[in-house]
Amino acid sequence: MIWLDTIVQGILLGGLYALFAAGLSLVFGIMRLVNLAHGDLIVLAAFLILTIVSALGLNPFLGALLAMPVMFGAGWLLQTYVLNRVLGDDILPPLLVTFGLSVVIQNGLLEGFSADSQKLSAGPIEAASLPLGPVTVGVMPLLTLISAILVIFALNQLFYRTRLGRAFRATSDDAVTAGLMGIRPRNVFAIATGVAMVVATIAALYLGMRANFDPTIGPARLIYAFEAVIIGGLGSLWGTLAGGIVIGVAQALGAAVNPEWQILSGHIAFILVLLVRPRGLFPRAND
Amino acid sequence: MTGPVLSIENLTAYYGDFQALFGVDLALQQGQALAIIGANGAGKSTLMRAITGILPSPRDAIRLNGQPIGHLSAPEVLEAGISMVPEGRRLFPSLSVEENLLIGAHVRTGSRYWTLDGIYDLFPILAERRHNPGTALSGGQQQMVAIGRALMSNPDVLLCDEISLGLAPVVIRDIYASFPKIRESGASVIVVEQDIGQALKIADHVCCMMEGRVTLSGAPDALSRDAIHDAYFGVSA
Repeated sequence: MIWLDTIVQGILLGGLYALFAAGLSLVFGIMRLVNLAHGDLIVLAAFLILTIVSALGLNPFLGALLAMPVMFGAGWLLQTYVLNRVLGDDILPPLLVTFGLSVVIQNGLLEGFSADSQKLSAGPIEAASLPLGPVTVGVMPLLTLISAILVIFALNQLFYRTRLGRAFRATSDDAVTAGLMGIRPRNVFAIATGVAMVVATIAALYLGMRANFDPTIGPARLIYAFEAVIIGGLGSLWGTLAGGIVIGVAQALGAAVNPEWQILSGHIAFILVLLVRPRGLFPRAND
Repeated sequence: MTGPVLSIENLTAYYGDFQALFGVDLALQQGQALAIIGANGAGKSTLMRAITGILPSPRDAIRLNGQPIGHLSAPEVLEAGISMVPEGRRLFPSLSVEENLLIGAHVRTGSRYWTLDGIYDLFPILAERRHNPGTALSGGQQQMVAIGRALMSNPDVLLCDEISLGLAPVVIRDIYASFPKIRESGASVIVVEQDIGQALKIADHVCCMMEGRVTLSGAPDALSRDAIHDAYFGVSA
């Protein structure tokens, strides 16, 4: 029974990793941009929620709701005025710029908020749990997984059921021809990064409520996000959810054997999947 | 008498330091079908790229309904009323046939002549394949999607770049059979072709290009075979 419990906890943890990864997957899927500052942008969103919650005395969920449009705007501006200028055939400039952005965000947050650990307090819900068949699950991890599924579902609907989603996919396929259809690829990219930042804000909400955070933890979140995206198959949103769950379950199983093995187990699972399925579990047909 | 719907005056175009067009002049009248013929490297596709805004041009070198459009970007040129069927079709692999057509209507114009149903009437086979990925179709059917996609923005001017390239003669004939209906919609058409025979069949006016210049221009009936041959190859027959 303890193994079943461990696997369930791992799946729930996978929801958090999927949330970290969904924005990264979205941006990569549309503009082939690997955003090395993604983890730091999640931490930035967590500090933004913290600031709103502290200033207005709100519940973190309401704080996140207010932070979402701000982060959308930040993502739009970032793409329009910085990233669009370096996107092109050469993948190195965007990598360098986002790496630099990561350093800037970390140092900016250290200046503004110090290196102290912070937490978003959600009240009694943090410790609440409910029985689910033979196992007991925490309400907060369950909410995280449900949110991840809802986010991925919503992004899929956006991608495959809307006019904007059609423009996303067409631009991803062939930006020059998309221009001939009246689509402005740079605007599409800016909206996509804005949407990715809204998803990052949701990830930040659960990151901040479930554990302590400080300005330097972004890069580690980025690694989990990367692994989830690659395990799932580049550009596949449901694959990203599966990738997050694979890492979560591997970490939970590793921790059950020996707590020191938790992080290592996730990375080993990533390497094993890469060995067996180099293009990930659910690669897009036309990649 | 009204002026030409599209006029090009002294158009030059460059790829870096390389000059690809040398003072091209063209006029497309309302409702006219203009064929631009020429061998590989004559500058036909460069001309298309310049008209559609992919390649930057001087502001006043290209005018649509009298308004300068040379300086506009590709999306702005489409909004102004020019759409293109690009060489090689360039369908979006992630999109179904119907989505490829709908993306052509991403920019909505005043005219509503062409709708999804209108395109399916023009090319009935596409209605049967509407949910298939665009790139899963045969070459001829893909070309129909590319033409339909360009029509969905209800353009004043439709540019067709090498639409017969790589297709079987019987398929080319079927595709060109759709042109009278396209012209009924009021669109003026420019067809860029290496296949002179097909181009002359549908055109009211022919321009022959060589080495970035227009070397011959006139009505198909008024031009002799030899004159076209000379202008096309740059040597006497």
